[in-house]
Amino acid sequence: MSEHTAHETMTLKLIVWRQKGPDEPGRFETYLARDITEHHSFLEMLDVVNEDLIREGIEPIVFDHDCREGICGTCSQVINGLAHGGQTRTTVCQLHMRKFKDGDTIYIEPWRAKAFPILKDLMVDRSALDRIIQAGGYASVNTGAAPDGNAILISKEDADYAMDAAECIGCGACVAACPNGAAMLFTGAKVSQFASLPQGREEGRIRVTGMLQAMQECGFGNCTNHYECQAACPKGIDVKFIARLNREYLKTLFM
Amino acid sequence: MILDGKSPTGPIEQTWDKHRFEMKLVNPANKRKYKVLVVGTGLAGASAAASLGELGYNVEAFCYQDSPRRAHSIAAQGGINAAKNYPNDGDSIRRLFYDTVKGGDFRSREADVWRLAQVSNNIIDQCVAQGVPFARDYGGYLDNRSFGGAQVSRTFYARGQTGQQLLLGAYSALSRQIKAGTVKMYPRTEMLDLVVVDGEAKGITIRDLVTGEVRCHVGDAVLLCTGGYVNVFYLSTNAMGCSVTALWRAYKKGAYFANPCYTQIHPTCIPQSGDYQSKLTLMSESLRNDGRCWVPKNHDDNRPPNDIPEEDRDYYLERKYPSFGNLAPRDIASRAAKEQCDDGRGVGPGGRGVYLDFRDAIERLGAGLIRERYGNLFEMYELITAEDGYKVPMRIYPAPHYAMGGLWVDYNLMSNLPGLFVLGEANFSVHGANRLGASALMQGLADGYFIIPYTIADYLAQTRPGAVTTDHPECAQSIEEVNAYRDRLLSVNGKRTVTDFMRELGHLIWENAGMARSEESLTEVIDKIPAIREEFWQNVRVTGNGNQVNQQLENAGRTADFVEFAELLARDALHRRESCGGHFRVEYQYEDGEAKRDDENFSYSAAWEFKGVDREPELHKEPLKFESVELAVRSYK
Ligand SMILES: Cc1cc2nc3c(=O)[nH]c(=O)nc-3n(C[C@H](O)[C@H](O)[C@H](O)COP(=O)(O)OP(=O)(O)OC[C@H]3O[C@@H](n4cnc5c(N)ncnc54)[C@H](O)[C@@H]3O)c2cc1C
Ligand code: FES
Repeated sequence: MSEHTAHETMTLKLIVWRQKGPDEPGRFETYLARDITEHHSFLEMLDVVNEDLIREGIEPIVFDHDCREGICGTCSQVINGLAHGGQTRTTVCQLHMRKFKDGDTIYIEPWRAKAFPILKDLMVDRSALDRIIQAGGYASVNTGAAPDGNAILISKEDADYAMDAAECIGCGACVAACPNGAAMLFTGAKVSQFASLPQGREEGRIRVTGMLQAMQECGFGNCTNHYECQAACPKGIDVKFIARLNREYLKTLFM
Repeated sequence: MILDGKSPTGPIEQTWDKHRFEMKLVNPANKRKYKVLVVGTGLAGASAAASLGELGYNVEAFCYQDSPRRAHSIAAQGGINAAKNYPNDGDSIRRLFYDTVKGGDFRSREADVWRLAQVSNNIIDQCVAQGVPFARDYGGYLDNRSFGGAQVSRTFYARGQTGQQLLLGAYSALSRQIKAGTVKMYPRTEMLDLVVVDGEAKGITIRDLVTGEVRCHVGDAVLLCTGGYVNVFYLSTNAMGCSVTALWRAYKKGAYFANPCYTQIHPTCIPQSGDYQSKLTLMSESLRNDGRCWVPKNHDDNRPPNDIPEEDRDYYLERKYPSFGNLAPRDIASRAAKEQCDDGRGVGPGGRGVYLDFRDAIERLGAGLIRERYGNLFEMYELITAEDGYKVPMRIYPAPHYAMGGLWVDYNLMSNLPGLFVLGEANFSVHGANRLGASALMQGLADGYFIIPYTIADYLAQTRPGAVTTDHPECAQSIEEVNAYRDRLLSVNGKRTVTDFMRELGHLIWENAGMARSEESLTEVIDKIPAIREEFWQNVRVTGNGNQVNQQLENAGRTADFVEFAELLARDALHRRESCGGHFRVEYQYEDGEAKRDDENFSYSAAWEFKGVDREPELHKEPLKFESVELAVRSYK
């Protein structure tokens, strides 16, 4: 076993963004990641580096993560210039080191966007996404006020469409990937989910205007159709939802 | 002391309705004067906070993630149960109730389980109204699938992301209340102490995980909705931040910890691949609907799985449990997998794995349908293992997954400390010694949407709102303790990392108090833990300081709590001289290896009272009475 793994371990050079706090200047630092196998996930590789740093008395690299299975949307790193590292439909926590080879140099940076201030190292403040949802990303129903589940029929097609939109994990990669720092894919997905369901239609108009306004107030940019968002999205959320958002917005102007 | 769960009496069908009528109410105009602190915003906490906000209470909610949408409920895959009986296959509230009591190996409170089954239907209605995109059939009606431990199809699902969609539903309701100003949300905030005034829970002390500020929040009641503790095994299907900390600090302030030894080991997880591994990934149990579990019949059969012919395969679940087959409940399926591997017929690295094979299902239904049902799971499997589950059987192995134990609560979900309520996975209530699939989501939402809004009023109506303020000496004392604890962690300055300790602890607990336990192995745990604890406080290294983001400091606190808690888990497991559900004592089994319960001596919930870190806790018992179901040997043959 040891012979086998010794043969297959990699050493990588990491160039990592370090920043003490929101108002501090940041800079790149270089570290070596040693004894990494193809089965390490990217975050497990960083764990190894951090353990080494701690033993040397150096503060480890701060990064956000929690579920480590691609669903909570917490992990958020730009790797070699690409949000989540550029593997199709993959979050950083699901990226595995088999995508890299011995001797590679890897640049690691936080999400960079006006609406996401850096808190420390690779950790950013994404509460702006919550504020967009608070501005209308819900169907207003109080607990206890619901009719029987099957009283609201929804065609399989609509249910599937809504689910495609609802799969968004709110990680913010779309914002980080967008040259304008826009949150249109995020907002479009939520608006489309409700627009395609009878439950959400009643308040469609105030939802769209409210969420778009919140988006602007939070400092997100405008969409100029680069579609980098879809490419970076670990859930493959389709830009058709941005078109839907625009349609739903136009409707509010003519209603 | 004999504990009383205060379950209502009388015909079980009427218990909840009767109790709801008898409880006190808080007048609508007075509700905003009461402040409720909700710690945790997963399914249980978010649904509770939103519902209480809607009612007009003044709510403050807390979570350690950067957004309530990221609680670990998000990771639930398979589905949520309800007794709707839409498929017309014989389901009913009574059947869901019965299945849950039996599934829990007769170690839960009947009335609580009945109530859960009763409100299960309201949950589906509520979630549909919120816009949760449950799977539908071509007629537009809600679709169902079946799950382990049940012979009816009662599980509602949203692809392989049911937990995500339910949590986003609860999160949207919560967001609506945040906007309305009834709920104030504190993300990136960790509860580190419970403030108890004159025996009642009146506040919490928290650390702001961004600024490091330690401060006290007071309220008229505190709800702990902080999830489960199976990260005590280090490697589990829980998120990295899941911990016992909130529960443990409350325990140290007098709340009883019930049945800590009831832990669930999930049969279908991706096997561990190396020592560096930081967590294990679950493959939803729903896969067992169409996948077949097998190992080679013969030892040392090293052929690739697809080259092993039918006659050389042992479909051990179908062999051992013909009527439930691959859908045998979790504890049984996990132990069966371990048995095959212990017998030397396991597959993959280290022989710790079994196959989960979709070949027959793909032949029968086509790859398209399998992809539609489980596509995201196959994708996830491939990301981690670089293997294609459509072509080669998946490899799976059991992993720690869920905590049936938790803080003791009465029928009102209130702990022995008045004013402290515990919801969701954090409490011990309805699942007994084993939880059935798709019933944790149901429980979390039942507690938050449909139970706490009623039962909290019964307590609040008897208290004066705003009786305790942050200048109370108990608050100052609590802040001082939390600060001192933090400083102690930062000042050890030893040589070993926090993760190093957690790995050591996890290994000890998994090997000795995991799927199989014995007097000897448990005694070993209890003997070894004081040394780990001592070394931790002499040799742990936490870099940085407390006035900023410090993930090492957070982990150090959680690890210190796990080390103490692990001892309680082992004590509870040692004292329970029987096997039941997820608690398997090798000394207590039938000849065929099935768990042997001892109803005469152990038909009770064990609730432990803290007496000091170096002293043995005191055991309190709550006897369990079974009037609506007959105690029986739990058989799935
Ligand atoms: C991978 C996986 C798959 C699952 N699949 C299913 C399934 O298909 N069906 C099913 O029924 N069940 C399933 N379960 C179980 C189910 O998901 C959980 O039991 C349930 O979601 C727990 O919900 P909760 O609200 O109690 O806790 P959680 O969702 O874990 O939420 C805990 C909350 O508490 C907060 N918190 C914790 N500690 C602190 C602290 N000290 N201070 C402040 N905040 C704190 C967290 O921030 C979080 O908001 C699954 C579980 C896992 C792990
Ligand atoms: S850590 Fe949850 S998605 Fe990556």
